[in-house]
Amino acid sequence: MKKIEAIVKPFKLEEVKDALGSIGISGMTVTECKGFGRQKGHTEIYRGSEYTVDFLPKLKIEMVVPDEQAEGAVEAIVKAAKTGKIGDGKVFLTNVEEAIRIRTEEKGEKAV
Amino acid sequence: MMKKMLFVIAVLGACSLASLRAEDTNASAMTAAAATNAPAADTGPKPDPAGTATGMSVDAQSPAGAFVTTAPADLSDQDKKDPAKVKAYNDAKKAFDDYTAQAKLEPLAVKLSDSVGHNRVAINFMWTLVTGFLVMFMQAGFALVETGLCRAKNASHTMSMNFMIYPMGMLGFYLCGFAFMFGGMADPASPNNGGIATMGGYAGLNHELGFHIGSKFFGLLGAKGFLLQGAGYDTAAFALFLFQMVFMDTTATIPTGATAERWKFSAFMIYGCFIGTIMYPIFGNWVWGCGWLANLGANFPGLGHGHVDFAGSSVVHMQGGVIALIFAWLIGPRYGKYDEKGKLVHPIIPHNVPMVMLGTFILAFGWFGFNPGSSLAGTDLRIAVVAVNTMLASATGALAATLWMWWVRTKKPDPSMMCNGMLAGLVAITCPCAFVSAGGASILGAIAGILVVESVFFFDKIGIDDCVGAISVHGVNGAWGCLSLGLFADGTYGDGWNAVPGTVRGLFYGGGMGQFWAELIGVTTCFVTLAGLSLVVYYIGEKLVGNRVSHDVEIEGLDVPEMGVPGYAGVVMDKQSETPMIKGEPYATKRSQTAISA
Repeated sequence: MKKIEAIVKPFKLEEVKDALGSIGISGMTVTECKGFGRQKGHTEIYRGSEYTVDFLPKLKIEMVVPDEQAEGAVEAIVKAAKTGKIGDGKVFLTNVEEAIRIRTEEKGEKAV
Repeated sequence: MMKKMLFVIAVLGACSLASLRAEDTNASAMTAAAATNAPAADTGPKPDPAGTATGMSVDAQSPAGAFVTTAPADLSDQDKKDPAKVKAYNDAKKAFDDYTAQAKLEPLAVKLSDSVGHNRVAINFMWTLVTGFLVMFMQAGFALVETGLCRAKNASHTMSMNFMIYPMGMLGFYLCGFAFMFGGMADPASPNNGGIATMGGYAGLNHELGFHIGSKFFGLLGAKGFLLQGAGYDTAAFALFLFQMVFMDTTATIPTGATAERWKFSAFMIYGCFIGTIMYPIFGNWVWGCGWLANLGANFPGLGHGHVDFAGSSVVHMQGGVIALIFAWLIGPRYGKYDEKGKLVHPIIPHNVPMVMLGTFILAFGWFGFNPGSSLAGTDLRIAVVAVNTMLASATGALAATLWMWWVRTKKPDPSMMCNGMLAGLVAITCPCAFVSAGGASILGAIAGILVVESVFFFDKIGIDDCVGAISVHGVNGAWGCLSLGLFADGTYGDGWNAVPGTVRGLFYGGGMGQFWAELIGVTTCFVTLAGLSLVVYYIGEKLVGNRVSHDVEIEGLDVPEMGVPGYAGVVMDKQSETPMIKGEPYATKRSQTAISA
């Protein structure tokens, strides 16, 4: 099993969700979050004084998928979330040791 | 602290009870005196609490004069030598005799004119009360503007201050503020003693404390109408009370914006005890209660109509602005905005701009009560000019501030400054609204819009942290509004204002500098008086409970430690709602401590 964490622009959520749905990913968790990367945000001005807006709003989409689906899912996310401009986000892929469905206590890939 | 608060409340309560009894005793003493035919203590006009005797045929008169129902006053021996005065007397006497003869032939006409008089006065009552209700709603506008411009963690506290100043100020004004301010408005010693002229001319509030220099009377404080008892128990006095109370509460709520996010609630409540009772009514009496500033023109011919302030640029706004200035200066800036050397490093941005703009619209709406209502007369058709001037100045103020920010000062049209600009235009037009042309109103509003931006930058630079721009909007533009009257008054209105014959005319319309000097004296007096009073009240709060919350409370946000409940329970706040941390000694604490020990 692999865990995919994708940080994307908030307005791309619908497209990413649809793309994942079309390749058969059945669930995901979405978190509103803020962050910055190489650009380190930017400065704005309020009543003549500058302040930095370093944490920009993003969404983090997390899902755990069977190994064979992982590559397709990453591809779908990248394709759907891309605008080609700075701040499109990142995707991280990690191994997951175990998954348990609380209701039935099923384990492994059956639980995801 | 609890004990102290209880003590304050107990004192207030005891005062009201004591005054109530004093008034009762006076009343029974008066009845007794009347019964024994001894000279009554109060020989002034009788109040009319039922309102049935207010507005007789004499009130049916328009300013042009339609009915002659009063005999002219007898001429003195001196006047009898002046042929012009004798002729005027004879003409008036003949008109009165003709009227009396006609009235005998047509008694129905007399009854009709009584009814017309009552209706004219009733229209003025209606107008004054309804516009007063509009002004009351401005409290909501202030609450929204001030809270929106603060951080989310202080929303409950800032709102609560704006909320509680309404009852606190009102009760203080009821207790003694109204009597101090208007208790001498019909004192015969004052040249300007028309009483509540537009509402039946009630002249019962006729005791002004003051002094004479030669034949010139300088009124300092009214002394009648405490707790709206005795001479104060009159329908006209009640209508005036309502209208003036909401004006006082406008002043009262201004400093809460400048000192928000760090003012201890208990210290604020102590301020609340003083604003309606003493701080506001003193200068108010001098300008609107027929005190010495109103009589400046009558006493000294070179000073135009004396200090003229139609709706309160100085009486309401500048008073609030000066209190805001002194309190914001003494309490010190919010932690984190300035570094240890006093350089502005972290601007603190508003948490809710829609709230600020909604509040500004509510204020602009309330201003249609504020300015046109200050005629106290729906039968004075100048209210149309007043209303249009008010909206024009608000528009040019908002536009000028926006463009000045956008093109001259920064690269963006700051929404908070748009609002400040509109309010600045409104504050500036408040004093001259009845005396200027549409063009004059537009120009002085635009100047106010630029002035407010420059003023906000100035106070930010010198380290006086005004969270909402109250000092610049109300203080600086209150002063500008009064001075602008001395420049822009076009001489089409205000005949006989403050008992000075002729219309009000400023420098640009050939009126010379006289009116400008009178306004300058008023503005200077306002600053000096209110600065002094504010220092005293701040010091009292400092001694009793301390004005500033602790550093920890300020970091956490005042909502929960001070008020017990957050403004937005269940809402996650982000970095912008936090206090920026700075390296080194906090500038804020150093500054306020030095100020207090000095």
